[in-house]
Amino acid sequence: MHGKALPYLLLMPATLFLCIFFLYPFALVAFEAVTRDGAFTFDNFRTMAGSWKFPVTVRNTLLLAAIVVPIQLTMALLMASVVSRLETGRSAALYVFAIPLGISDLAAGLIWLAIFDQSGFLNTLLSSLGVVDRPVMFLGYQSKLTIFIAVALAEIWRATAIMMVILVAGMGLIPKEYYEAAEVFGASPWQRFVRITLPLLRPSLQTAIILRVILAFEVFAVVAALGGTNLPVLMGETYNWQFTLQDRNVAAASALLILAISIGFTLFFLRVLRVPKEARI
Amino acid sequence: MSVATETPVAGIADAHKAGDWLLIATAVLLCVWVLLPIYLLIVNALSSPDQVTAFPKRFFPSFDLGSLSFFINFAGVARALWNSVIVATLTMILAIGFGAPAGYALSRFDFPGKGTFRFLVLMTRAFPLPLLALPLAVMFIRTGLDDTAIGLALVHTTLALPFAVLITFSLFSCIPVELEEAAWTLGCTRWQAFRKVILPLALPGIAASAVFAFTISWNEVFAAAVLTIENRTLTAFLLQSLGESPLYLKFAGGAALVVPALIFIFAVRKYLFAMWGIANR
Repeated sequence: MHGKALPYLLLMPATLFLCIFFLYPFALVAFEAVTRDGAFTFDNFRTMAGSWKFPVTVRNTLLLAAIVVPIQLTMALLMASVVSRLETGRSAALYVFAIPLGISDLAAGLIWLAIFDQSGFLNTLLSSLGVVDRPVMFLGYQSKLTIFIAVALAEIWRATAIMMVILVAGMGLIPKEYYEAAEVFGASPWQRFVRITLPLLRPSLQTAIILRVILAFEVFAVVAALGGTNLPVLMGETYNWQFTLQDRNVAAASALLILAISIGFTLFFLRVLRVPKEARI
Repeated sequence: MSVATETPVAGIADAHKAGDWLLIATAVLLCVWVLLPIYLLIVNALSSPDQVTAFPKRFFPSFDLGSLSFFINFAGVARALWNSVIVATLTMILAIGFGAPAGYALSRFDFPGKGTFRFLVLMTRAFPLPLLALPLAVMFIRTGLDDTAIGLALVHTTLALPFAVLITFSLFSCIPVELEEAAWTLGCTRWQAFRKVILPLALPGIAASAVFAFTISWNEVFAAAVLTIENRTLTAFLLQSLGESPLYLKFAGGAALVVPALIFIFAVRKYLFAMWGIANR
């Protein structure tokens, strides 16, 4: 085997695969979104934006991301700090915190359905405490706020683990000497966290936030399990255009919108949390 | 009184002790937050259908297998379970088959185009990949891949491949190149050195990334629901029957999704950081 050609041969299958199943469908979806019956048009976007559900859908998706991601970031930082300081039971705690990483969003929705359903555990708890006299309908079409809260809780529960793991890995890269030095100078744990951990964790924070924000715009099965059609979100509407309304082109336009929002936010966080090369550990 | 007479050293020790308790309490609380919802789902899955729809709920399972046996015998479930296993296995084989050579090449060679390939792999993370199932649905109908396990597995591989590449890259990077060189000087060919020296060392990690690929496919909902009609996977089946299926079917189905996921995450727990920590670089 020739040394020069070997790396390219090894990379070829993966590269070809990504071209066929990632770059090509991406081009296709963009093409379908701006054409109808072979002619170039913006009608698909007009149809999508003209639907009465569209403003609500966009608002729900963005609001959900805006509420869920900061809470998750805080919780993930808390979990990562706890894990990095625990002496006994460290690996057990890590495993437990990481469990939701392996759980499907649909399963997460069903888990929280068991809690929020009318005959579910939350109602049982509330009525045994005497807070309510009969089961409340949390997930009915009239209770959009509680549906929203249930979906937000399920999302926070499910997807904090992914940020936690990235942050724990990042904290492991911070040299211990910095903390020892800070302790010698009398810095409190909080000061150490704010002055050492947070700034040095910036690359991990960037990765964690970008990944999580993209996933937040993809929210779909959790909402389907808990809210049905009572809480329309972008991904669910895309699915509807494809199946219920059988309009591929509008579905493609909707998919392109999600892609555009995701890329926009990725670029935004890449810029805001930029780490200069010389400042990396 | 005793507080005032204590030496400062004892005071610091006390503060440390209080801090320790706070730390442990936080860790326990966070574990409960993760585990309690799963426990409640399992309680539902291990109760009879009547108990699941009854109110108030019991917080302990009655270990009645009524719900589970209803679920298993429900038309289409056994087949959906089987489809899920097939698709996930195919995804696992494809992701490792394409990903591991690429990971090896990235870890061992410096060559023009390396940066471009890494960028392509990392770029896949900035996209809501399941959306690409929409244009692929049309392509699959043309090529006869529609509604087949392999068609869906190909889409799931786009999700799993980037992870497989990055994980195997970090695995091979951790194995000293000197070991390989020693084998070459002893007369091994490049392939023999890889198979007899490197592969045995990397095998546990490769197995872990294979399990991770399996989990990604097992849990995926959107693409599965878009691309399968007759050969639905378990997630697609559960999603599409959310509207009409009774509660106990949903909860038993949720448990069927969650329990394997718990085992998968337990199996790969040591490698979670190799998978996500790499995202920092």
